[in-house]
Amino acid sequence: MHHSSKFKIPMGPQHPALKEPESFSIALKGEKIMGVDIRLGYNHRGIEKACEERTFVQDVYLIERVCGICSHSHSTAFVQGVEEIAGLIVPPRAQYIRTLIGELERVHSHLLWLGVAGHEIGFDTLLMYTWRDREIVMDILALLSGNRVNYGMNMIGGVRRNVTEEQAQDILKGVKTLEERTKYYIEVATQETTIIKRLSGVGVLKKDDALRLGAVGPTARASGVEYDVRRNDPYAAYAELDFNVITDTNSDVYGRTIVRVKELLESYKMIRQCLKNLPNGPIAVKAPRKIPAGEAISRYEAPRGEDVHYIKSNGGEKPERVKVRAPTLANIQAVKHMLKDRYLADMPIVVAAIDPCFSCTDRLVSVKGNAGKSKKILTWEALRNYSVEWHQVHGIDFTELSYKFRTKMERF
Amino acid sequence: MGLALFTILIFPGFLFVSVFGLMAEFFDRRIYARLQNRVGPPWFQAFADFIKLLGKEDIVPCAANEKMFDFAPLFALTSAVTVFLYIPLWKAPVTFSFNGDIVMMLYLLTIPTLAFFIGGWYSRSLYARLGSVRCVTQLFAYEVPLFMSILSSALLANTWELKEVAAFYLKHPLYSLFNLVGFFVSLIAILGKLEKVPFDIPEAETEIVAGTFTEYSGRRLAILRLTIDVEMVVGAALLVAVFFPFALYFQSVLGFLVAVLEICGVIALLALLRTIVARLRIDQMINFCWKVLVPFSLFQLLLNLILKGKLIL
Repeated sequence: MHHSSKFKIPMGPQHPALKEPESFSIALKGEKIMGVDIRLGYNHRGIEKACEERTFVQDVYLIERVCGICSHSHSTAFVQGVEEIAGLIVPPRAQYIRTLIGELERVHSHLLWLGVAGHEIGFDTLLMYTWRDREIVMDILALLSGNRVNYGMNMIGGVRRNVTEEQAQDILKGVKTLEERTKYYIEVATQETTIIKRLSGVGVLKKDDALRLGAVGPTARASGVEYDVRRNDPYAAYAELDFNVITDTNSDVYGRTIVRVKELLESYKMIRQCLKNLPNGPIAVKAPRKIPAGEAISRYEAPRGEDVHYIKSNGGEKPERVKVRAPTLANIQAVKHMLKDRYLADMPIVVAAIDPCFSCTDRLVSVKGNAGKSKKILTWEALRNYSVEWHQVHGIDFTELSYKFRTKMERF
Repeated sequence: MGLALFTILIFPGFLFVSVFGLMAEFFDRRIYARLQNRVGPPWFQAFADFIKLLGKEDIVPCAANEKMFDFAPLFALTSAVTVFLYIPLWKAPVTFSFNGDIVMMLYLLTIPTLAFFIGGWYSRSLYARLGSVRCVTQLFAYEVPLFMSILSSALLANTWELKEVAAFYLKHPLYSLFNLVGFFVSLIAILGKLEKVPFDIPEAETEIVAGTFTEYSGRRLAILRLTIDVEMVVGAALLVAVFFPFALYFQSVLGFLVAVLEICGVIALLALLRTIVARLRIDQMINFCWKVLVPFSLFQLLLNLILKGKLIL
């Protein structure tokens, strides 16, 4: 491996640095990255299509499972859109509870990220500590909703579970501990030499580039872009809360870390405000089974950035189209830019710094028209016939098997 | 003949060092876990892992050079174990020794690293090759401060024989206090040899999977892991023998216990060091070694030279 020769190293689809299958093919020269090829699509689950096959009520359940971490973000974005089409006025108590869960979710997501970031730079102690403390917020969420990740709090027209006074006391107690620990992590992240060495100056994304590449969330805010849906287009109870939009001018992974740990403190502040100002009243209004025809775009500031849902209804029980734009899809383009002229060792932390969630991002793209002479578009039937023929040529005949299968199915 | 074989194969040779190494792995992991607020493994974990790996399928990649791939782990283990025979810890007449053995020991300790390089390189995996290159790059960085600080301690004792070095510090225990800088420099450098955080760059899991060991499995991986464990014990024992050889004060059993305690102490320090830092990048690691560790070891060398001048006068 002479240093002048270039070679490609595969990172993924299966690689210890990645928590989900995704392919990064890295062209290396010695230890330096010359180019990165990103291939998405290993995690496509067809949720958008599945949503069209189910009723709005079932979709809330399904949409919540788009992401394992920001499940509340997706379901809130979805129900907000549906409520807008149906013209439902959500009671203020429900708005506050949604905000409360949303902020608790942000706390658990950011703590999780901090641990993962520590692991990516080989600082496992940080991982163990933050994930230990993350249990506190997980317990709070389990206390409120009965679940650790998919809370199932949202329904069209409000929330499904109330928050009692005792629960509020427990939350405050947990938040107090978390705040102390978070202050300690801020100290660690800003003073520990090896962390600073590994993070600062790595994965630089200047403000112009962040805007040009459409970065969102903490990734954009760390580049000095002061944009937060909670402030710029308030939803739920955010208009009534007092909080700061955290930005940083470091524009690197270090800045992204600072933004996230400081956002934790803001979240604690918001959780306290939510519990203090929690209005009385009902927690839901009755929603019609059939949603009137119309369309809506709903935006939500998920822990990872702006989450956009588009919902179109044709007046029936099922939506005509649901489109989810997860924050990672907006940030993934920036990764390629950030990796330019960096070392291989920076790759895991740069990818991790956008807090990627690949399964939320994977989409099916259908190409319309003939993109090239060698490519052709097949219908489902044609594709099936092609596959059968291909296997016959290679000595595998499915005709008998599929006949048997069909006769078996007919018996049912 | 029979005694020599017993010494080499059983005590304090191969068998003893292997068991000690596996126990040391448990000790290291346990302390690491406790410092991270985890429970950690039970005492037999290292043995269980070792035995399990021995029983696993052993795969040699098609493209690999089978001989090199095969011999690298054995070379590594053998040379690491050999070093232990020369280290005077509790046994007053050390098993083997000659003038200049301290230099030989340092070189024998280099062989495992080179064997890792060869094994990784000939396994033909991209990750392993990257790991191998990092392995050797790193070697050039930590080896110099390690050699300098260990040899400067021998310099003060005015001998190249470890037995005599130990005897010197036993006679003048206060002189070992002057070697503290050298001790800490070599402690950090040993982390590089053992490929532990912050110098676990050759096997940085999140970057190059398992680095050098990516293609190794089964028996060969078991031997490689045992090598690292033995290296840990041998490295710690070498530091103890060079800087604080006080176990030699005591009679056989007590001396043995004190020596083991001292070695465990060094291992605990290593565990503590790797708990509190993040992994460095290879360029940062080399910078750190040459710009921080080497000046400190030069300072140690200078200090010992001055002390030695005083001693002769």
